[in-house]
Amino acid sequence: MTTKQLQKKSIQYRKNILKYIFHANAGHTGGSLSCIDILNVLYNHVLNVSPENFTSPDRDRYIQSKGHSVEALFVVLADKGFFPESDLSTLCKYRSHYIGHPTRKVKGVEQNTGALGHGLPLSVGTALAAKMDKKDFRVFTLLGDGELPEGSNWEAALTASHYKLDNLCAIIDHNKLQITGTTAEVCNTNPIDKKFENFGWAVRHVDGHDLDALKKTFAEMPFEKGKPSLIIAHTVKGKGVSYMENVIKWHHGVPSEKQLEEAMSELNNVMVTIPDDF
Amino acid sequence: MGAEVITEKGKAKTNLDVFSGVLQELAEHDRNIVVVTSDSRGSGKLGPFGQKFPGQHIEVGIAEQNLVGVAAGLASCGKKVFAVSPACFLTARALEQIKNDVAYSNNSVKVIGISAGVSYGALGSTHHSLHDYAALRAINNIIVVAPADNFETEQAIKLAAQTNQPVYLRFGKRVMQPLKEINDDVFEFGKGRVITKGNDVAIIAAGETVYPAVQAANKLKEQGVSATVISMHTVKPLDTALLNIVAKKCKAILTVEEHSVYGGLGEACASYLLQNRIFKPFKIMGIPDEYTVTGSQQEIFDHYGLSEKGIAEQATLLL
Ligand SMILES: [Mg+2]
Repeated sequence: MTTKQLQKKSIQYRKNILKYIFHANAGHTGGSLSCIDILNVLYNHVLNVSPENFTSPDRDRYIQSKGHSVEALFVVLADKGFFPESDLSTLCKYRSHYIGHPTRKVKGVEQNTGALGHGLPLSVGTALAAKMDKKDFRVFTLLGDGELPEGSNWEAALTASHYKLDNLCAIIDHNKLQITGTTAEVCNTNPIDKKFENFGWAVRHVDGHDLDALKKTFAEMPFEKGKPSLIIAHTVKGKGVSYMENVIKWHHGVPSEKQLEEAMSELNNVMVTIPDDF
Repeated sequence: MGAEVITEKGKAKTNLDVFSGVLQELAEHDRNIVVVTSDSRGSGKLGPFGQKFPGQHIEVGIAEQNLVGVAAGLASCGKKVFAVSPACFLTARALEQIKNDVAYSNNSVKVIGISAGVSYGALGSTHHSLHDYAALRAINNIIVVAPADNFETEQAIKLAAQTNQPVYLRFGKRVMQPLKEINDDVFEFGKGRVITKGNDVAIIAAGETVYPAVQAANKLKEQGVSATVISMHTVKPLDTALLNIVAKKCKAILTVEEHSVYGGLGEACASYLLQNRIFKPFKIMGIPDEYTVTGSQQEIFDHYGLSEKGIAEQATLLL
């Protein structure tokens, strides 16, 4: 997929995230908007996973540790044809499978996540299974920067380097905010790169909204043979909707009808500036 | 004086030894059998397994949450994973991983709690697991099993390896004598085993308290009291059909477990009986809600009456 096509998808995904969060009157808006470009590149450019091969033991795995940004995952999975997009109109409704966190009841979801600090250990186990079976599939997991203080992440980081899991890639959606404030204020985990390097990982920084840079970075995985890869994706919480960007209350704020219209028109205005390829 | 100290006779082994032997036997024929340990290969007697099948053994170091998460990831790829660690750490520190990564995500991990209950008696409450039935009973989609003797342990491990449902197995490290001379019954999760038959009192026990319950039944027999002893190895799902039959047949019901009197086998039985209008003299024997005494497992059993003498006395009091 060309970068322009991906750009258009990113905008469409943002619109869908807002549309279904508004409809559900619930959701994690800011974090879904910060990680959507990463998911776009993963599902449309990197991952060998589709509705057709989803039961294949050889598929790539994507495990979303920051499960609360489920709206981003759902709109991408719908676009990839895992289920009809109209299903998302049931998001967070009574007895819907489309709940506020990923569950395996939804096709395309690998693990039930939502409690933080679980994605990395699960991904390490999955990557170990690939190594044991000499399979080529790779394992990707997306972490929020706010979940880094969970000790289980660091336990798993040790196991990943101990077993030289270069088929594993963790991505940190580094939007520098969490529900209470900035990550630096709440629990300063900086420097993240040095910490992971000391834990035996190969680390890259990338602009998490630069689709070309994301493509390039993923293509270079593993960054070092015999080491797990970490991508620190620098992102903006609420990215794409100017009144949401870097504003803490949009962690799980739901737009009003008027705010939704404003956001949609802003996104539509960007959409028309992207020329078609042909 | 409490129950006699159980010593090794004939072929009786610790359930832990049975576990490590059966696992090696299974791994010979199945490359998908994987053991994950948290520096627990020694206490789990898995050193030989690791030497024989290095490609099927993952060591995560002392990190129980990671142990369970990693095990769940492996299981999601079709591995038959035994996550082995002392029950006290596994079911407390890693409870959220058991709840979410194993049970809720339905990754078929075999969660193996070794040195369970008060097996590490003298080491204190940090090393006791008297909460695990209670915690896991309240979690959907995990079978909770405490095998009593070597036969039950072997069967439980083989069944756990086959089943697609998450299982928690817990056992201790003392030599367990066989409950029956001939094991002519079929072992199934959720089906209690009738060890002795009698009409006066039903003694329903699990794990390492079944043996003293059988000893108590023998003692009661000398006093003219006949007891049914059930090895209720599966604490969840409870064999309510069997419970119903013995509760109706006997005059009184006594439950015995190496667990807090809160939330375990006894309360599971009480809940069923009360809600099904079976009103009989009833007593839960276990570890009371107090600062647990320390000593050997046997000394703690004796202290709390989880012994031939203590169980027989309570049965007599109920009648
Ligand atoms: Mg954040």
